[in-house]
Amino acid sequence: MKTIYFDNNATTKVAEEVLEEIKPLFCELYGNPSSMHTFGGQMGRRIRQAREQIAALLACDPSEIMFTSGGTESDNTAIKGTLAAQPHKRKIITTRVEHPAVLAVCRDLENHGYTVVELGVDRDGRLDFEELVEQIDDNTALVTIMYANNETGVVFPIDKIAKLVAGKGAVFHTDAVQVVGKIPLNLSDSNIDLLSLSGHKLHAPKGVGILYVRKGTRLSPFMLGGHQEAGRRAGTENVPGIVGLGKACELAAENLEAENSKVKYLRDKLEGAILEKCPDCRLNGDSENRLPNTSNISFEYIEGEAILLMLDKYGICASSGSACTSGSLEPSHVLRAMGVPFTAAHGSIRFSLSRYNTEEEVDYTIEKLPPIINQLRELSPFVTK
Amino acid sequence: MWEYTDKLKDHFFNPRNVGVVEEPDGVGEVGSLACGDALKLTFKLDKNGKIKDAKFKTFGCASAIATSSVLTEMIKGRSLEEAAKVTNKDIADYLGGLPEQKMHCSVLGREALEAAIENYRTGGKKKHELEGNIVCNCFGVTEKEIERVIRENDLTTVEEVTNYCKAGGGCGGCAGEIEKIIERIKPEKPEQPAISAPRRPEKLTNIQKIQLIQQTINEQIRPALRAHGGNIELIDVEGNKVVVAFRGMCAQCRLTELTMKDVVEAKLREFVSRELFVEEDKESAQEPHNHRE
Repeated sequence: MKTIYFDNNATTKVAEEVLEEIKPLFCELYGNPSSMHTFGGQMGRRIRQAREQIAALLACDPSEIMFTSGGTESDNTAIKGTLAAQPHKRKIITTRVEHPAVLAVCRDLENHGYTVVELGVDRDGRLDFEELVEQIDDNTALVTIMYANNETGVVFPIDKIAKLVAGKGAVFHTDAVQVVGKIPLNLSDSNIDLLSLSGHKLHAPKGVGILYVRKGTRLSPFMLGGHQEAGRRAGTENVPGIVGLGKACELAAENLEAENSKVKYLRDKLEGAILEKCPDCRLNGDSENRLPNTSNISFEYIEGEAILLMLDKYGICASSGSACTSGSLEPSHVLRAMGVPFTAAHGSIRFSLSRYNTEEEVDYTIEKLPPIINQLRELSPFVTK
Repeated sequence: MWEYTDKLKDHFFNPRNVGVVEEPDGVGEVGSLACGDALKLTFKLDKNGKIKDAKFKTFGCASAIATSSVLTEMIKGRSLEEAAKVTNKDIADYLGGLPEQKMHCSVLGREALEAAIENYRTGGKKKHELEGNIVCNCFGVTEKEIERVIRENDLTTVEEVTNYCKAGGGCGGCAGEIEKIIERIKPEKPEQPAISAPRRPEKLTNIQKIQLIQQTINEQIRPALRAHGGNIELIDVEGNKVVVAFRGMCAQCRLTELTMKDVVEAKLREFVSRELFVEEDKESAQEPHNHRE
């Protein structure tokens, strides 16, 4: 059975071009870039090249790129490193809809004497900018707000937020793992101090990411034990991962616009057809300011895990904010923060597309999904015919 | 991804006996949309008082649908006396097992069956009657129900109770009370030799004790409360008396005194000293403390 992969916000396929690029780095060119011999030392050039490829996509200086093991490490480093570098400030501002890699770190810091403010969102998942204006003060060390939400795809006005934060003298970090490669970024023309990126969300392998650190941003190192990354992040470089990420960024830069108009077209077609063909369903999140690849739809009166398993039978991969998929008993913290009613939150499905999806796959899903919804509704005691 | 048995998948993809029996003799409705699963069971008896037909309608995940389907198969042809003996464990076993976190689906099935039989016998409410004290307000689970799943399934931890009947899985405010119920039922079972005893420090100076209490609250207690929007603060330590205040959701919870105190006490006894007891500082809990709002 063919796999139809609509779960690209979870992880993505490694691009063939990326795989080709990193294949020789396991058994042939496996040297350590820190070594004195040519065999190892030559890898330093490959890392430099990757740094330049990434900097080109982000429109920043290569020296501002720091390699990490992925989005979670980048987020941890950004938050803890910033606080350690300015011990006199004790307040952090974030949002209720962050990824756990940010939210759990902030909540843990409350145990260490920090005040954490979690900004709310409205029914469409939009941030209240005025609340941020009210909350930010001289004691605020860090504001960390995601660029776009992984569950709904809602994009926050990050440039505007970063400008405000810079004006107040606090550090601004954004978790942009869902954004890079999907919408264009220009860091040279923004006030973002720190930005997290994860390789496996844009067709590079798992286990590599970066933290962009704007020149002049004070950050205490998180990992000690080596001189790598100019002493900012110790540990032998994940050379294949880094080279792969460089290539993936190069591909993203080349195709960004063309791909996203195609991906957006497919997403809109899928979403439009589902909303039209299935009664009692609703779109979660601001439909305007949204990633081009993400669609989060709630099907009322039925439960998400059941929908996913039925889709799985046809090889269609998606994800759900329902309680049952995670093993917890409550639905997604993002949907709850948005005030999505329980009747809809339990039945939410996220489709997240990539450039490798085809119109044929979208058409196939449009054909298979409505009968699944009907079938489950026939089982539901809340639907009476 | 959950590991479901082939039998479960079969009953999910091809559910048997979907619908509502016409002119039913018994109707049972349990669960709700808010809880994430709900089941309506209807049956009809034949001349000899055996279940001739049984049908279900279920809102829920794959295991909720499969357990409902299996339940209807299991009770068909049985007398009400026989059917009433079906336990949640029987339902789970029939499916070749359920993931631990899904055991509450089998309990839902058993509850629906009981409600339907009750409805037939007394003509009473079709809804599952909530008898006695409600312990878990989030999911509306009573003390009786909790006692029953503990006894029938040999449960020993709050987490297991949550898996089986959802109690404690919302705000978590009733964890202490569930703990107490487990403790109360434990003596009914033959004592199991302890596999490991917690390693507690031998002797502590006062300063060390206070530090260890603070550390235990930070690492062992607060994360659980924070997950549900609550918080805890250490106010004072006098001898073996530990004074704490609850914040956020926990402070508003009506059951605070009964429950959170016991959870905190159990953790502190496990990690610091068996002698400790906890008191709640009510005055400080009244103060507005909403920096997170």
